[in-house]
Amino acid sequence: MTYDVAIVGAGVVGGLIARELSRYELNVALLEKCNDVAMGTTKANSAIVHGGFDAQNGTLKAELNVKGTAMMPELCKKLSVPFKNNGSIVVAFSDSETEHIKVLYERGVKNGVPGLSVIDQAELRRIEPNISDKAVGALLCESAGIVCPYELTIAAVENAVTNGVEFLRNCDVEAITENADGYVLSTSLGDINAKYIINAAGNFSDDLARMVGDDSIQLIPRKGEYYLLDKSVGNLAVHTIFQCPNEMGKGILVTPTVDGNLLIGPTAVNQDSKDDTDTTPAGLKEIVEKALKSVPVVSARNAITSFAGVRAHPTNDDFIIGWCEKSANFLNVAGIESPGLSSAPAIAVFVRDILGEKVELKEKANFVETREEPVRFRHMNDEERAELIKKNPAYGRIVCRCETITEGEIIDAIKAPAGARDVDGVKRRTRAGMGRCQGGFCGSKVVEILARELGVNMNEITKFGGDSKIIYERTK
Amino acid sequence: MLNFDLAVVGGGPAGMAAALKARESGIEKIIVLERAETLGGILEQCIHTGFGLHYFGEELSGPEYAGRFMKLLADTDIVVKTDTMVLDIASDNTVTAVNKKDGLLKINAKAVVLAMGCRERPRGALSIAGCRTSGIMTAGTAQKYVNIDGYMPGHEVVILGSGDIGLIMARRMTLEGAKVKMVCELMPYSGGLTRNIVQCLDDFGIPLKLSCTVVATHGKDRLEGVTIAKVDDKLQPIPGTEEYVPCDTLMLSVGLIPENELSKNAGLELDRVTNGPRVDEYRETEQKGVFACGNVLQVHDLVDYVTEESQIAGLGAAKYIKGEKVTGKCVYTEGINGVRYIVPQRINCETDADVKLYFRVGAVYNNAKIVVECNGNEILSKKKKKLCPGEMEYVTLKQSVISTLPADSKIIVRVEA
Amino acid sequence: MEKRELVCVACPLGCPITVTLDDNGAVTDVTGNTCKRGEAYAHTECTNPTRMLTTTVKVEGGNAYVVPVKSANPIPKDMMFQCMEVINKASVKAPVNIGDVVIKNILGTGVDIIATNYAD
Repeated sequence: MTYDVAIVGAGVVGGLIARELSRYELNVALLEKCNDVAMGTTKANSAIVHGGFDAQNGTLKAELNVKGTAMMPELCKKLSVPFKNNGSIVVAFSDSETEHIKVLYERGVKNGVPGLSVIDQAELRRIEPNISDKAVGALLCESAGIVCPYELTIAAVENAVTNGVEFLRNCDVEAITENADGYVLSTSLGDINAKYIINAAGNFSDDLARMVGDDSIQLIPRKGEYYLLDKSVGNLAVHTIFQCPNEMGKGILVTPTVDGNLLIGPTAVNQDSKDDTDTTPAGLKEIVEKALKSVPVVSARNAITSFAGVRAHPTNDDFIIGWCEKSANFLNVAGIESPGLSSAPAIAVFVRDILGEKVELKEKANFVETREEPVRFRHMNDEERAELIKKNPAYGRIVCRCETITEGEIIDAIKAPAGARDVDGVKRRTRAGMGRCQGGFCGSKVVEILARELGVNMNEITKFGGDSKIIYERTK
Repeated sequence: MLNFDLAVVGGGPAGMAAALKARESGIEKIIVLERAETLGGILEQCIHTGFGLHYFGEELSGPEYAGRFMKLLADTDIVVKTDTMVLDIASDNTVTAVNKKDGLLKINAKAVVLAMGCRERPRGALSIAGCRTSGIMTAGTAQKYVNIDGYMPGHEVVILGSGDIGLIMARRMTLEGAKVKMVCELMPYSGGLTRNIVQCLDDFGIPLKLSCTVVATHGKDRLEGVTIAKVDDKLQPIPGTEEYVPCDTLMLSVGLIPENELSKNAGLELDRVTNGPRVDEYRETEQKGVFACGNVLQVHDLVDYVTEESQIAGLGAAKYIKGEKVTGKCVYTEGINGVRYIVPQRINCETDADVKLYFRVGAVYNNAKIVVECNGNEILSKKKKKLCPGEMEYVTLKQSVISTLPADSKIIVRVEA
Repeated sequence: MEKRELVCVACPLGCPITVTLDDNGAVTDVTGNTCKRGEAYAHTECTNPTRMLTTTVKVEGGNAYVVPVKSANPIPKDMMFQCMEVINKASVKAPVNIGDVVIKNILGTGVDIIATNYAD
């Protein structure tokens, strides 16, 4: 069979494009080289919905950020993804930085960012009680927010699959050839035919473009390391707290997450590798040192984990979205670094419109716009819980003690469209193993449930696909 | 709503001993709530021997030790609910729990014993840099895979932390055919028992590297190696001492943390050193009718002491339910000069029995003296040939002495080196 | 003559003990110990070292895959791996009770391997 569209890469960008295209009478395949969605940059970033004052006037980044951020609350509601409009502040520590935030303010207003204001020290203290005494003022952006990037992606792909998109995991594209009907993608799962290809391959979008002879995309892998702190300190920041940006990005931020933890980071270091996500002693040290400047009470002692992500920084400093010049029906969606998450909803619509130039987009009669909210036992009251367990006793067994996650929720996560296939997949969908003990107690239980539900042995279950085996052979 | 005299949260050695003692002391309606599918708690996976030397005068394995209490419990009318997780303990001691069979349970109890045990400190708390591959796990998780599930969690193993669980797992993995390359210990001494160092490491030629830690993990999917480094006297890695060690598994045995999520939600303040609730001589917390014992109160090294402590809590809960428990003016305990903490943190002046003060020291001492004093007067002292952080110590205060101490005064325990 | 250094495990003190052995391997002198138990430990450890062996054995026809076992008494230290080989090949039919003999007189040591937990 020939797909109308093959989207390569199931990050937040590919996922939302898939969902957007699932509105129409099209055969769409979403190809992902990993064992799950959201395994690249989407998995490890700041989880911020930016206001849109950073990008230079007139850039695609500026346009799509402002549009995407405006779309985010409604989209999250439809997909049942938690979104919080907590607002952001860029803190100034000196006169020159005070001047700089005024520049950001002007730029933001020109970009069309709503809810911007410059606030003084007293107001800053009032709205952000733990801010450093040395902070003299800030740019407040009331329209900014926070969202969990992989939850958004999981929900988008789930919704896309519900609407007929085929999700192909462990599908690594190795070569692309063109023929009269379109393209043949040689993948680790065999040949796949498609009339159009959308390149949403993140850090690897330059490699993918090269497969059709396009070497115009220039990306620099840039690593960012983070600490995730315990929920007990999740209230140390109210807003997303930025320091003044520099040429390497927006600097170290301190932000609450939608789940109530505190996130600090990222560092920004260019590297050769696209997939080296090791944290480093120097990076972890830098995060804490710089975060302390904004919020002097943060401490790595409250860390529950650390992680790193690699962003694809394009040398032209703007998103690269459009038809490839070397191959007619190949659409690049590349260089989506920050504010990629904020822009993603708008990118999806933008890409749809570009595709619409060549493809007839006929709306499906039965498109399901919403994704049902997964059961969240921890958010329920006693009556709701009792009712739920009566309906399905699997919700009566708590598997993850730290986050109060039930066996029923884990089974749901596995059975969902494009559901979890590995331990990290369960963790991202349910939060099982994401708490203080980091899976110490529930890890082996999750392996057991995955094995049972997928009909395999426990030692076939991985942490995140590939060779990431959890356990080996039988002892006896 | 179910009505019970006593609700015990946790069916490990602590919960079982507390329930049995309360039953023995005349309490009739008792319920034990256990989150696992069987009673026994962590003992179920501790298949090595060495349990029960003090209490039974025998060397038992973990399941055997637990089994004895399970048998005693089965002979009583104490209600046991396994596979049942307690979600909340309200300020009026109403316990909310959940399981597959009963759904949501509301239990109205006159007294509650907290016996939830402890959990292992995970990697995140250590800030080891490097990869997020599989193959990095706590020693306890590995122990469950090997001893309960019957799977090998790794073939080439580095263990970080020389606490007893780490040492026991070094031997266990070796016996099952894995190569344990080394045990790294951040401190200049091991936190484990000498016997375990000899019989779990020396017997198999496994090196114990003191003042050494893992600074980074390496690999893409499964762990491929770790970088270890020596640490200075401030426990910071010394640049230039890094060494790469190939391995597919890193086991962490870097400390235990009492599981006090429920206690905290119930409004109990925790002792900053023990991370457990603050209790009196019968292990009653600062919330009336709520008692705590076992590893949720303080991390023990010997289960025998857990049993002893839990019997005190069970007896205390029984006295409380019967309205016989003394509650009034207290004296308060404090450890200084090398004594890190003391349990209990307070003692009722009019208590009806002698009280053992349990504590741990912060360093290794040879030929030291433990001194107990109040208002500058020495109450008692005890000579010890050796004191080390890995082993819990105690001194016994006579009831006759306690009754002479002025209310609100402080009992100081210190080490004289 | 041979001198051997040991750390006593009889109690938590962990005394460093020096044992002197003659050419026939008999103990001629023990120093460094601070009690009688230390001397006894040194003798056993140098002439006939033994260890408790604990591991698991495969269960057939039960819910559990393995059940824990121990040597009913200590076995010679140098036979631990040989015993493991025998135990790894053995299996036991469910249900299993604490104390059930899984392997009688393992490798002629006179020591039984017994179950230390229930399995159904």
